[in-house]
Amino acid sequence: MSEILNDETKKVLTTPLVNDNPITLQVLGICSALAVTSQMSTSLIMALALTLVTAFSSAAISSIRNHIPGSIRIIVQMTIIASLVIVVDQVLKAFAYEISKQLSVFVGLIITNCIVMGRAEAYAMKNPPLESFMDGIGNGLGYSLILIIVAFFRETLGSGKLLGFEVFPLAKDGGWYDPNGLMLLPPSAFFIIGLIIWSVRQWKPNQVEQADFKILSISHGEGGHH
Amino acid sequence: MLKCEHFNKICVALDNCEHYQKFKVYKDKILALGNDSLEKTIAIAVALCLVCAVLVSFSAVALKPLQVHNKELDMKKNILDVAGLLQEDSDIDSAFAEKIEAKIVDLETGDYVEDMNVADYDQRKAAKDPELSVAIPKDKDIAHIRVKAKYAKVFLVKEDGAIKSIILPINGYGLWSTLYGFLSVDPDGQTVQSINFYDQAETPGLGGEVVNPAWRALWKGKKIYSESSADMNEPVLSLIKGVVDNTKAGSQYQVDGLAGATLTSTGVSNLVKYWMSKEGFAPYLAKVRTDKGV
Repeated sequence: MSEILNDETKKVLTTPLVNDNPITLQVLGICSALAVTSQMSTSLIMALALTLVTAFSSAAISSIRNHIPGSIRIIVQMTIIASLVIVVDQVLKAFAYEISKQLSVFVGLIITNCIVMGRAEAYAMKNPPLESFMDGIGNGLGYSLILIIVAFFRETLGSGKLLGFEVFPLAKDGGWYDPNGLMLLPPSAFFIIGLIIWSVRQWKPNQVEQADFKILSISHGEGGHH
Repeated sequence: MLKCEHFNKICVALDNCEHYQKFKVYKDKILALGNDSLEKTIAIAVALCLVCAVLVSFSAVALKPLQVHNKELDMKKNILDVAGLLQEDSDIDSAFAEKIEAKIVDLETGDYVEDMNVADYDQRKAAKDPELSVAIPKDKDIAHIRVKAKYAKVFLVKEDGAIKSIILPINGYGLWSTLYGFLSVDPDGQTVQSINFYDQAETPGLGGEVVNPAWRALWKGKKIYSESSADMNEPVLSLIKGVVDNTKAGSQYQVDGLAGATLTSTGVSNLVKYWMSKEGFAPYLAKVRTDKGV
């Protein structure tokens, strides 16, 4: 095990989970995290798709990184990412039709997901393919972790179900739980992600950003002397 | 080992090929160039596009049959579902072939069109084809669909030669999306059997509840046209706010609105009204009533 996972690969695999999470620390990929998390099943497929795309695009970009002309760098990265996303979309349409219908445009929008592009630009352009692949997997897992947490709360509180199975019997079907309609709407993911970011930064205060400037207090008495 | 032999043969063949050798020399020359030279930039861009294009087209072409099959299966499943014939773990293809008959209807006259290939006709595609569609005048376009196909593809469920249900395709705008679905009615062209929507992107949990079986079950037995008037052109069936009081007069023309989804409910009301009016299937249903659909 230790031969495959040396310290560097271990680091790139695990730091994106909490310490350098793409959503909670880097605050990337929020758009799809809002859109697909109303159900656990769509979130899982989306997480899987994004992880694969990030890993393979990072590996591909990294393997040709020494020959990418600087002037068309971003376009080269986008072409590779877009091709992989189209392939993933086609595969989903062929093998998971129901889910791909629910995810609709959001699979295609992985192309514009800042996590994929961000990792290509920040890591894959400077590191060898295997490490870049692992970095993609790690960041994909970090994204997946947040998606799964958000989907867990949204699906259970919003429709009383988890992965389609009943968790809370709904009042309209004779149970006791009156579902929270807000949880089914995208803004609820904002609240949940906000709460997650807050709790992570309580736990790890070094993630709290330094304020850009300090607000001066006016109690120095200068106000009275001009 | 066989594969390896083949591979070696290919390698030998490539080594002997003049063009490949030229390509190799050119490739080495390009890769040795500085990354910012014009020639390398163009060469890399072309090579990358070629590789990506091959990858994308290969996956699209190779997976196409599966995707088309999925789509057809999904459509058949929805038709069986609205006909009340969908059973768990039964083969959809054979159930569909056995029980459902597709027909093309001229919306203007309400007659069957016999000289068109039913299997190949796609009403949704036809609605986008200028030759096969008509624009809907603004004042009549209550379903907000702007154009409709001239011919509709309806599905009949027959039992012992007699029609059991008529399945009509319907569509219209809700809050976010155009809803596509089917409405199945009794051969009297008046009583609703079921409704379902197979393509919609309304808010999950609110407008998206149009797919909820509990809500769909409320449609069963509702009447489309007013029974007191002889003229069966003006549909009265609509969604109301709140829950229908079944003891009141007129409740047979009312269905519960979707809680928290006023705009989707209005959309569904309007699209049912539109497709059951003279603009939609009223002429056809009138003929079904007199001819018994034969």
